[in-house]
Amino acid sequence: MSAATLRTPFPANWWARTLWTALALYVLYACGILDVSWDRFVRGLDNGAKFLDRMFPPDFSRQKLDLLQVGMIESMQIAVLSTAAGVVLSLPLGLLAARNLMPGWVSWGARGVIALCRSFHPVITAILFVKAVGFGALAGVLALIVASMGFISKLFAEAIEEMNLKQVEAVRATGAGFFNVLIMGVFPQVIARFIGFSVYQLDSNLRNSTMVGIVGGGGIGATLFTAYQRFDYDFVLTILLAIIAVIMVAEIVSAQLRKAFQ
Amino acid sequence: MSELARLRTWQRFTLAQRVGRGLTYVLAAVAVVWSLRTIEVIPEFLYDAPEQTADLFRRMWPIDWSFWHEMVAEALVETFHTATLGTIIALVLSVPVALLAARNVTPSPTLNLVAKFILVSSRSVNSLIWALLFVAVFGPGALAGTLAIAFRSIGFVGKLLAEAIEEAQRGPLEALTAAGAPRASILLKGYWPQVEPSFWSVALFRWDINIRESAVLGLVGAGGIGVALDTGLNNLYWDQVGLCLLVIFLVVIATEIATSAIRSRII
Repeated sequence: MSAATLRTPFPANWWARTLWTALALYVLYACGILDVSWDRFVRGLDNGAKFLDRMFPPDFSRQKLDLLQVGMIESMQIAVLSTAAGVVLSLPLGLLAARNLMPGWVSWGARGVIALCRSFHPVITAILFVKAVGFGALAGVLALIVASMGFISKLFAEAIEEMNLKQVEAVRATGAGFFNVLIMGVFPQVIARFIGFSVYQLDSNLRNSTMVGIVGGGGIGATLFTAYQRFDYDFVLTILLAIIAVIMVAEIVSAQLRKAFQ
Repeated sequence: MSELARLRTWQRFTLAQRVGRGLTYVLAAVAVVWSLRTIEVIPEFLYDAPEQTADLFRRMWPIDWSFWHEMVAEALVETFHTATLGTIIALVLSVPVALLAARNVTPSPTLNLVAKFILVSSRSVNSLIWALLFVAVFGPGALAGTLAIAFRSIGFVGKLLAEAIEEAQRGPLEALTAAGAPRASILLKGYWPQVEPSFWSVALFRWDINIRESAVLGLVGAGGIGVALDTGLNNLYWDQVGLCLLVIFLVVIATEIATSAIRSRII
């Protein structure tokens, strides 16, 4: 047999090996820093068994289900209102941020606002709004409006920048004013994607509305956090199951809607 | 031109589509109106909202820089490692789930469904709620935060990875199968080279998100800069809160710049 047939078909890639080794070393180093050790993990598992034991069976008593319903409905209200307001506010903000429609200074200003909306986690915005407007669903709604504005207007602005300018020019050539250009030239091209982003954001707001309650923003998160602090772990499990079910349904509905509006 | 052809109107959507769209709009409007009318807002809290907001910013300024050495610097390092280690664990754990969820690798609908269920559950529970659960199990600290980040990310990474695997081209896989390659080799030499680019881009994308998320996990005691934020909030030291917010803002901007630079260079 000649030497050529013995040559390995996949030569060793030393670059990749070095990188993988570096990654492994980093993992060890980070575990050291974070005090993540096998010992602690095993001790935790013991704890976890007790925790799971107290979670099962989930609590489906009448009174708890009523609490669950109230929280879940509030979460849905938060999601619906924050998406609606977010959509209404994102429409102008996205238009202002599109560089092919607006002069440079306007789009940079709008982009700054969008970046500011995106850079803070909804929970942090929720904390600030809880201080400003007090505990309850309103703080959650306001926090999620900010998050929705960041997400929808960024993608909307990108969609406008990617659109075909020929149609816009054609409408302009007829002597149409700015708003007519928007309605006849711009919107028909981007409105389907805008609706897609909005539906996606509704789904995403529903997920996040389960979280703002932890810092006082209302919704099912508040119910969950109260149950957790009272060590009412079997009710915690009920709430978690309900959240998973609702979000699964929401995901399917939003996927269908996006398909229908494409 | 016949009379019929002149009268015919062109429509983009079928009747069913138009009815469906109309119904969706109506439903959306009903949902908004219903939410507006039934949501509980306590009006007493609203009267002094402008004052409270002004007070908030007044008390944040000047920022308390001494808090940096006291707590924030160390917490920031912890946040970074929590996000990174959490992402790495998520990548490792999501590979088998993604393989189970991909219909071309695992031809069993039952297993696909199980894997999909794992992915959806992981995604529907928020990282903050995952953190609550892990704090109850492992006690407060970065271990709980790391696992929360990891478990939240499995669903995201696994879903995108499964989609990438399903899009892999049949050619190389059939060639390897025809050559009699064992299953492990088919995965490593047939699928992996095709999936690798999207794997790294998903990893980078999720790492960016995880930096943001790990910054707030401390609010439920799961370590990182959120703990510093929580301390400031509980003591009503808004000047310390201001420092934390500023630091989080700068870190988020820095990671965004870093990830977009890496993305344009490598992927």
